[in-house]
Order: sequence, then structure tokens, then C-alpha cells
Amino acid sequence: MKQLLILSGKGGTGKTTIASAFIKLSDARAYADCDVDAPNLHLITDQEIEAEKSDYYALQKAEINPDLCIDCDLCKQSCRFNAIYVDDSYRVDPFACEGCAVCELVCPVGAITMEDTVAGELALYKNKGKVFSTAHLKMGEGTSGLLVTEVKKQMHSEAKDAEFAIIDGSPGIGCPVIASLSGVDMVLVVAEPSISGISDMERIIKTASRFGTKTAVCVNKYDTNIENTKKIEEYCREKGLALVGKIPFDSQAVKAINMGKTIVDVDCSSGRATRELYEKTRKILLEEQEGPSL
Amino acid sequence: MKIAVLSGKGGTGKTLVSVNLAAAAEDSIYIDCDVEEPNGHLFFKPKDLVEEDVTVKIPEVDNQLCNGCKKCVEFCRFNALAYAKDRLIVFDDICHSCGGCMMVCPVKALTEKDKSIGKVQMGRSEDVQVYTGILNTGEPSGIPIIERLLEESKAGDDKIILIDSPPGSSCTVMETIRDADYCILVAEPTVFGVHNLNMVYELVQLFKKPFGVVLNKSLEGENPAEDFCLERGINILGKIPFDSELGTLNSNAEIVVRKSEKYKELFTDLLDRVKKEVRHETTTNS
Repeated sequence: MKQLLILSGKGGTGKTTIASAFIKLSDARAYADCDVDAPNLHLITDQEIEAEKSDYYALQKAEINPDLCIDCDLCKQSCRFNAIYVDDSYRVDPFACEGCAVCELVCPVGAITMEDTVAGELALYKNKGKVFSTAHLKMGEGTSGLLVTEVKKQMHSEAKDAEFAIIDGSPGIGCPVIASLSGVDMVLVVAEPSISGISDMERIIKTASRFGTKTAVCVNKYDTNIENTKKIEEYCREKGLALVGKIPFDSQAVKAINMGKTIVDVDCSSGRATRELYEKTRKILLEEQEGPSL
Repeated sequence: MKIAVLSGKGGTGKTLVSVNLAAAAEDSIYIDCDVEEPNGHLFFKPKDLVEEDVTVKIPEVDNQLCNGCKKCVEFCRFNALAYAKDRLIVFDDICHSCGGCMMVCPVKALTEKDKSIGKVQMGRSEDVQVYTGILNTGEPSGIPIIERLLEESKAGDDKIILIDSPPGSSCTVMETIRDADYCILVAEPTVFGVHNLNMVYELVQLFKKPFGVVLNKSLEGENPAEDFCLERGINILGKIPFDSELGTLNSNAEIVVRKSEKYKELFTDLLDRVKKEVRHETTTNS
């Protein structure tokens, strides 16, 4: 399975808009939403069926039994995450606890145990030979990278023989992005022609290059700032990155999305540019890698 | 007065709102907590920069002392340690710096060293003090940088502090609103925007934070985000129009309140409303 991951660094540049269009155009049999903090792909890839849902268990978290606790304060002193506080008794702040179990280790009376916690929910849609894997992390949880790995695993095990997969990524460059990068064949970076967008694009390209993943760039709403679009083009030339498309600003795009349609479902300028972008991206994705394959 | 600006979805205008509110306020502090993709400094272009490294503790093994008991490997819940080919290996990137491995080592073969994960930058832009956190690429967690930023800024507690949060509703966002007096939720008029607004709406309620919504990129006609607020009786603090003048200035990293009288007025009014809200909160809660 060849996997295309769509990333952007900066949020709101159009990852999900482009991912949903690609899913439509490719008639993809496997796709996933790895933006587990703020998943949106399910809103636009109309799913006629109910998802199979399952709880996602993150690392265990500490719990203090007040009946056994002798107020020795050792757990509080040893916790590097300031997750233990004193109210009427010693307590664990579940949002601050990272589940390292140091408190359990130091407690002289065995008052602390590590307990399972549900940190999110995985959803799997299987319909007409197509598999869509998604999830959402509960508020304030911190193990989004692990959940991203689960989303990808779920997609893989259900769609082993799919020719390729399209994965919608999350903004940023941290834990969930790093988890989504592992094992993919190509990254498409959706850039935005603003000073902020350029700075963020450079950081995500740098992050992806640590994994040695083949990377191409497209510019969304390119005509909102032609000067900055030129800067992106120059940057790609300098770095030897393929610039695979430029999508114009198009008020029809917002209308389509708000009706739950993709931008290639309606005849509009952004949709037409996205079709071209898709063809170019697909070609690069399916190209055989030079050198010995794994 | 600490005001956190958040959105759930990326690209709705958190930085636009927080940068311009900080610029509209006199003598304020702007803290960029979106350490994965910090952008506020591109607008403020702060001067007299002071930089500080942010480090975390990472275990270091003395393989001469290590007796191969693997107690540390068994203890580490993050799988950041492995014992292979007669030696202990530490995976720096997934270590959470809890210190547990050192505690369980019976022969004291583990010590800790500092590892840089990024930096904080402090500088000035006119009368705004600008704090920026920058995570090194390849590092998974910016939490220690966010903690340092919030710590550094404590000196200016009497000022108006604008906190530019990362997108989402995960641990990093929570960190930024923990001590906030008020939260501004920035929403855009799309179904995506509403879906993600709902997430941060739940988050601020969970933390019992007073909050209001700013509707960005507002067009004439239907606005799903506005409908969302009206249905739930959520306080709408103001609307920022979808406007090409604003778009161009903003995409060129200009601060609109320093460039346009119209926007100076808009953001000053918005700031006044927020201040009033915060004062109201403090009197009703004390």
C-alpha cells in the first residue's frame, strides 16, 4: 500500500479540503484522519453507515487511595509533572499525570495504584469495500501520537490490499505529526502564501526530511498573495522540491464544504485546479523509488 | 489579567486576534504558546532579543556500571529504554524525563544530563513585550517550553497578557488556559470551524473558564459559527469581517492595528469588551 500523507504545519491551510477531494477523485479504498485533536474528515466524506467504535486506552494514570495514604508527601516531591496536589487529602490531577508510575514506586504504604483510563475513541467505517479510519482524543489528553499510530494500524489491518491510502494529518510539527509520518511513502504539504504560512511550511518540511520521506508542495489560495506565492516557488526550487499545484481562492469552495460536499463535486475553479494537483501528486506517489526498495 | 486565545481548528485567526489585541492594549505582554509553529514574532519583529535554551532531563547510562538487570527497562512506561547486545540504549525522543529509571537502578549506573528541546525568546515591539517559544523540529513535546514561557511572564502579572494558544484541545492547549482569567474562542464560519469550536467550548466549560467568541472571516449571510453561539447563548464579543485589505496586511505579517485606523478601532473596542467581561467575572466571583 502506497500512503500519501497531507500535512501543512500551519493550521487551516486546506489539508482536509484537499484530502477529501483526493479521496473522491481516487475513489480511495483506504483513508484515515490522523488529526485526532480536531478531526473533520468525517464531516465531508459522507458515511452512510454507523462506525464501529472502540475505546482507546492511553497509558495508565495514578490513583491514590486516601484510606491508605499516610500524608508522607513523598509522591508529591517525586512527581516531575506537578500532578499531585493536596486538597482535603493527597490527590492526582489526571490531566497533569503522564503515567510514569514514579509515585507508585516511592509510596511506602502501597496507597498508589496505576489505573486504566480511556483517552479517546477510535472509529472505523467499512462500506462497499472502502475503509475509513478515524479517532478523536478526549479533551486535555496528551498521548495523541499513540492514538495516531492506532488509527493507521486500524486502516492497515482492514484494507491490506488497497493500492494506496490517503491520510489527512494534523497541524504542527510535534508528537501526532511525527507519529503520522512514520511509514508513509509521500508527504504533500499544503502551503498558504502568508509570511506565517511560509515559516510553518519550512518547519514541517524540515521535520518530514528527518524521516527521508518524499515531499511535494502545493499552494492553496495562491492568488491571495502573489508575492508570497513566488517566495514559496523559489523555496521549492532551492530545495529541489516538486511544486505540484496552485489552487486559487474560491468562494465556491467554502459553500461546497458547508454543504458537506468536496470541492471536486461542484464545478469551480478550486476544484479544477485540485484535479490537476491530484494527477501530478498521484504520479509522484506511484513512481518507483530509486535505489533498493525495502 | 491573563487572556488566552484559542480555537480548536487551526488557521481561524488566533494569532491575528492575540497579536492585535496586544498591540491595541497599552503596555501589554504577548506570549506565543504555539511552540510548534510560532508566528507572532513574525508580526511583532521584536527587538533587543534575549534567548534562553529550554532543556529537559534525559538519562545517561554508564555501561561500565550497568549490570544488565533491566529493572529500568521494565519500569519505563514509555519504552524509552531497551537492553540489547549487552548494553542499555536510551531513546531520548520518547523519554518523558520522569526520573524513574534512576530510582530503580540498583547500581547507580544511570545519571541525568540536560538535553535542549528548544528555546524561549524575549524582546520588545513598541510597548509590547513579546515572548516566543520555539520547539526544535523533530521534538515531540513542547510542554516544557510552554511552562517556561508562562513562568517567565509571571513578572508582568499586573499587565494585560495575551496568550496565543496552539490549535486543538489537547494537553498543550490545557496548559495555556490553566491560569487564564478569560478565554477568547476564535471561530470561522465553516462546518469545520463549528465542529472544532464545539471542542474548545467543551474544554473551557470543563475548566470553568469565563469565555466569549470572536467570529472571524465573517461574510454576509449564513454563519454556522454564529448560529452555534446564538443557539447556546454564548457571548459573541465581536466580528471581524472577511476583508481583502485585512487579508493582505495579515498575510504580509503586518499588525493591522498599527496600519489601519479602522482596525485599530475594531480591536480597541474588542479589548474593552474583554476587559469589562473580566472585571465582571472578578466582582461576581470574589
